[in-house]
Amino acid sequence: MASSREVVLGRIRAALSDRPTAPEVPRDYDQTRALGDVIGLFAERAADYRALVRRVRWDDLPAEIESSLRARGATRLVAPADLPAVWRVPGVVWSLDAPAYPLPVRTLDRSDGVLTACAVAIAETGTIVLDAGEAQGRRVVTLVPDYHLCVVREDQVVGTVPEALASLEPTRPLTFISGPSATSDIELDRVEGVHGPRHLEVLIAG
Amino acid sequence: MTTRVALMATCLTDTFFPDTARAVVRLLERLGCTVEFPPAQTCCGQMHYNTGYRRQATTLARHTARTFADYDAVVAPSGSCAGMVRDLYPGLHRSTVRVAGRTYELSEFLVDVLGVEDVGAYFPHRVTYHPTCHSLRMLGVGEKPLRLLRAVRGLELVELPAARSCCGFGGTFALKNADTSTAMLADKMRNVLDTGARVLTAGDNSCLMHIGGGLTRLNTGVRTLHLAEILASTEEEPWVATP
Amino acid sequence: MGRNPVTWLGSPTFPTAARTALADVQLRGNLAHATGTIRTKREAAVGELPDWERLRRAGEAIKDDVLSNLDVYLTRLEAAVTARGGVVHWARDAAEANEIVLGLVRAAGATEVVKVKSMATAEIGLNEALEAGGVSAIETDLAELIVQLGEDRPSHILVPAIHRNRSEIRDIFRATMPGASPSLSDRPAELAEAARAHLRRKFLSAQVAISGANFAVADTGSVVVVESEGNGRMCLTLPRTLITVMGLEKVVPSWRDLEVFLQLLPRSSTAERMNPYTSVWSGVTPGDGPREFHLVLLDNGRTATLADRVGRQALRCIRCSACLNVCPVYERTGGQAYGSVYPGPIGAILTPQLGAGTDDPGTASLLRSLPFASSLCGACYEVCPVRIDIPEVLVHLRGRVVAEKPAYAPEAVAMAAASWVMVSPRRFRFAQRLLGPLRLLARRGRVRRLPWPASLWTDSRDVPAPPRETFSAWWRRNRG
Repeated sequence: MASSREVVLGRIRAALSDRPTAPEVPRDYDQTRALGDVIGLFAERAADYRALVRRVRWDDLPAEIESSLRARGATRLVAPADLPAVWRVPGVVWSLDAPAYPLPVRTLDRSDGVLTACAVAIAETGTIVLDAGEAQGRRVVTLVPDYHLCVVREDQVVGTVPEALASLEPTRPLTFISGPSATSDIELDRVEGVHGPRHLEVLIAG
Repeated sequence: MTTRVALMATCLTDTFFPDTARAVVRLLERLGCTVEFPPAQTCCGQMHYNTGYRRQATTLARHTARTFADYDAVVAPSGSCAGMVRDLYPGLHRSTVRVAGRTYELSEFLVDVLGVEDVGAYFPHRVTYHPTCHSLRMLGVGEKPLRLLRAVRGLELVELPAARSCCGFGGTFALKNADTSTAMLADKMRNVLDTGARVLTAGDNSCLMHIGGGLTRLNTGVRTLHLAEILASTEEEPWVATP
Repeated sequence: MGRNPVTWLGSPTFPTAARTALADVQLRGNLAHATGTIRTKREAAVGELPDWERLRRAGEAIKDDVLSNLDVYLTRLEAAVTARGGVVHWARDAAEANEIVLGLVRAAGATEVVKVKSMATAEIGLNEALEAGGVSAIETDLAELIVQLGEDRPSHILVPAIHRNRSEIRDIFRATMPGASPSLSDRPAELAEAARAHLRRKFLSAQVAISGANFAVADTGSVVVVESEGNGRMCLTLPRTLITVMGLEKVVPSWRDLEVFLQLLPRSSTAERMNPYTSVWSGVTPGDGPREFHLVLLDNGRTATLADRVGRQALRCIRCSACLNVCPVYERTGGQAYGSVYPGPIGAILTPQLGAGTDDPGTASLLRSLPFASSLCGACYEVCPVRIDIPEVLVHLRGRVVAEKPAYAPEAVAMAAASWVMVSPRRFRFAQRLLGPLRLLARRGRVRRLPWPASLWTDSRDVPAPPRETFSAWWRRNRG
C-alpha cells in the first residue's frame, strides 16, 4: 500500500493535470518608503500599542536602565548571560540565563522582569524583533516575566516590514513583538495584558 | 455629431418601470444623443447566471449580444445588468465578448462618455442615494451618480448611513434566503428613514423594487425613484408619476 | 467519530439555521457591534499603506504560484524541516491526522495538551478525537476558551466567541472556570486577567503543545504563528514536544514572501499595523524551545479542491476573516448558521469544497445550501487580502448544485421555462401581457399578497403593480 505521502503527492499532481502556469509575482510594492524620522516614528508607533517608550543617550544607558527599573519597582531581574555588563545596574538582583545553564521556569515566573537587547525594530509597525542573538536570550526568557525592558539601538530601527525581514536570518528562532500582550477576543475590542508580558518598555538609545 | 445610443431597458424596467426607460430616452435626447431601442431585446441572463444556470444564461447572453451587435454604445439604467454584460459576458461565449466593451451603466455613460455632470435637471426634493452593490463593486461607478445628483437644481442630497451595505435583494437570494434578505432590508429601511429624505434613489430598479416594496409595506411615505427619472426632470417638464 | 470533518453533523441547511439565528436579538446586537467596530478599524489600517493594492496582487500571485507547484514546495518544506531536526507526517484526511497526533501525544506520555488556536485542528475535530483517546486538550486562546468552557460552537474564524458579549462571557467564566471569583466583573481587562490566571499553571507544566501554522517557508523550513495574547508563544516555547497541524496550502516558497503576508494579515484580521506576537521557528533549536517538533501536513479535501479550476482559488485563503466582518449576511446570521468551522463568505465556498463527497445526506443538503447564502454583493472580494473572487466561486458552486438537480426539479423547470420565454422576443412580449391581470390585485399601485412561492417575497415587501403599458409597447406605439 502506498504511503500517505505518496497518496497526497499523487492527488496533488492529478489535481494539477490542467498544468496551471505559475504567475510571475509582482514585487512592485514598496520595499522602503519615505517615512521621515524613522526613530521618531518607531517611538510613536510602539507607544500607540501601549509600550512605554523613552529615547535616551547611549552613554546614559546604564543610568536610564536604573531609572526605569526604579520607577517600576523591579529588584529581581532576569537577563541573558551575554547582556553587556554595564547594563546590569546595581541595586538589582540579576539572574543570568543561557542555553547551557537555563533558569527554571519558576525563577522566570517569580522575577520582576527581564532586560534584553533586540535584533531589529520596525518603525512603521512599532515592532521589535528578537532573534535569540546577542543579549536577547532564549525565547522563554522574554515570555514568562511580566515586564520586558528592551534596549533598541537607533541604528537597529528600519522603516518597513520588508526591510526588517531582509535583515533577519529565518532559521533562527524569531519573535516579533508589537506592544504588550493583547486580545481582541471580547467584542473585537483590544485590551492589553493576557499571557505574554503585560508591560513592555522600550529604551531607544542613540 | 450626435451619439447613437442603444437603450438596453432591461427586462425588469421594461415590464414594471417604463417611466425609468422613458426618462433615459428623454435625458439622452436632451443631451443630444440619438436613442434607439432594439425591439428584440429581452433579458441579459443575469438571474440565470447568478442562480447557477450558466447554460441558459449563455443562451440569453448570445441573444442579447446579437440584438445589440450593431451599436457602438449600449446604455442600461441598471448597475447589475450592465455589470453582467461587461464583467461576465466575456467569459461566457466568444460571441458575447464584443458587446461587453460597449456597454455602459447610465451614470458612467453620462460622466465618462458624454462628459457631463450637470444635465440641467431640476428636482426640488430631499433625496438620499443608495449605491447599489454591482454599480459600486463590479462596475466601480464610484462618485459619479453623486456628482450628477449634486448638480441637480433644487435637490437636497442627504447622506445615507451605511450606504455601501447591501439592501438584501440579490435576485433569487431574496426568495431562497427570504429571512436573511428581510433582515438586511429592515436595516436598509431604517437607515433610509433616519435621513428624513422623501425620495430614495439608486441606479438600479431591482434594488429599488426591493427597498421600495418594504417602504410601501410599512406605509413610510418615502418613495423610490430611479436616478434617471430625477435627472430627466426639469423646471419646464418636472417629474410626474404615471398614474 | 461523531463529527463529520469540516461541518457539524446534524446541522440544518443555511436558510433554516439562519431563521433561528435572526430571531436572536442579543446575537444580532453583538454581531452588529463587533463587526461594525472592526470594519471601521480595518479601513483605517489598510488606508495607511499606499501600496495596499500592490501587496494584494503580490499575495494573490504568491499563493497561485504555491498552488501551481504544490508538490514541489511541500517536498522542499519536508526536506528543510527534516534537516533541522523536525519530523514531517502526511495525513490524507481528518481521521488519519487525528490518529497521528494522538499517537504522538501518547508517545510523549502526556494525558493533557495545551493548544494554540488553529483552524486546521478545529476542522478535523482534533479535540474530540483526543478526548476519545483519553487526552484532554486545553484551548488557550481566550475566545476558544470561552467557546470550550461554554460548551459552545465557534462562530468566527478569528474570534470564535464573537457572538458573545462581555456580560455573557462573565457569566460563562463565573459558572465554569475553576477558581473564578464570584464577583468577577464584565470589564474585558478583568476577564482577560481571569483567563491569564486560569491558564498560567497549565502553561508552566505542559509537556505537549499543539498548534496550527499561518505560514511555512519551503526553502528554510520555518513555521510561522501569528497571534496576540502570548498563549501561542507559551505553547510554542515551553513544552518539550510541539505538534503542528497545517493545511497543505499554507506553504509559501521563500522567506521573502512573508514580507507581503506579514503586512496583509494583521491589517486585514485584527486591523492592527502588526499583531502583538509573531513566532518563527525552524525545526528544533537546541537549548531554546521544544526538543521535539512534528509537522503534520493535512489534505482533508484540499487536493480535491485544488482540482477545480475555479474553486481552487479558495485555497489562497490566509484565514484573516475580513470577509466575515464585511459580509451583510454573516453580520445578521452569525457564524453558527453555516454549520461549519469555516463560516461567512469564505466558509460558503470552502466548506462545500472541503466537505464534498460526504455520504451523510443531511450534511450534503447543508453543503448544497451554502453557496446560496450570499446576495453576491461583492464586499468580501473587495477586502480579501489575497483577492479571492468569492462571488465568482459562489456562482460556480451554485452551478455544481444545479447540475446535480434532476431536470424535473421545480426550480429547474421554472428556470428552463423562463429562459425559453426570454430568448424569444415574441414569447417575452406575450408573457409581459400575461402579467397585466396582476393589476386587478393591486391597491394604490402595489400588490400586497401573492401565493407561494411569490409569498416569499410578499411576506415582507410589496410588488409594484404592472403598468398599463410596458416600455416596449410604449416605444412601439410612439417611436416604432
